Amino acid sequence: MVTSITSFSRNGVSDWLMQRVSAVILAVYTVFMVAYLLFHPDLDYYTWSGLFEQTWMRIFSLLAFVSLAAHAWVGLWTVTTDYLNATYQRVGVQMLIILAIFVYLVWGIQLLWGA
Amino acid sequence: MSDLATAEPFQQPPPARAMPDRRRAGQESVYRAVNSKRPVNLDLSTIHFPLPAITSIVHRITGVILFVGLIFAFWALSQSLSSPAGFDAVSDALAGNFLAKLIAWGLVSALAFHFVAGIKHLFMDADFGVTREGGVQKAQITVIASVVLIILAGVWIW
Repeated sequence: MVTSITSFSRNGVSDWLMQRVSAVILAVYTVFMVAYLLFHPDLDYYTWSGLFEQTWMRIFSLLAFVSLAAHAWVGLWTVTTDYLNATYQRVGVQMLIILAIFVYLVWGIQLLWGA
Repeated sequence: MSDLATAEPFQQPPPARAMPDRRRAGQESVYRAVNSKRPVNLDLSTIHFPLPAITSIVHRITGVILFVGLIFAFWALSQSLSSPAGFDAVSDALAGNFLAKLIAWGLVSALAFHFVAGIKHLFMDADFGVTREGGVQKAQITVIASVVLIILAGVWIW
């Protein structure tokens, strides 16, 4: 069995499942957002921020952002593992990716609960 | 066991004069390749990836594009939720700024393809159409569906 200390769960099957579960959550969130924007062509600030003040929307969005973090990591880990064969290069890029994911996550939490 | 014995005799290379062994071996292998009955394609311009391979690599490329493009999406979302002025700044940019529209269309297009190709993956996980023909067919559907979505997204944004 191939084990890699940089993989999300150090287990390919677990990574695979995580990728699918997060993909489904992100797909549902995407469809919701597109439908919401299509049904509100004259959207204003108060309707829009009112949506994001709802507890369910904050939880739904946070779930999507956490899914995004997991999904992006498994996907980019796969891509970097396939194409960057020099260890220092690969691990360096992977550390930058983790940092970027962390920034996105903090940014997402901040925009949901207000700065 | 008959392979070597009954194979068509290949044309012999010209007699070796003072040719180094290494070069002679190389020339022999070329003669063998040229004279063998196996299909040999020397025209590289006719070799291309099958469609499922192309959709697979585009799935990866769009994933990387989306990860980088998230900066714009997060910026737009946080700006639009920050204040009425921030909301207007984002909606004005999306209504009137060509570059903003182009970035939005690019990201929505990448998302559309990634979305459709991801659903294809879920079908494959469910063991649906995992054959050579099915793979090509699903790749064709992926391309058509995402092109339709990308055009619709362009109409929506402009």
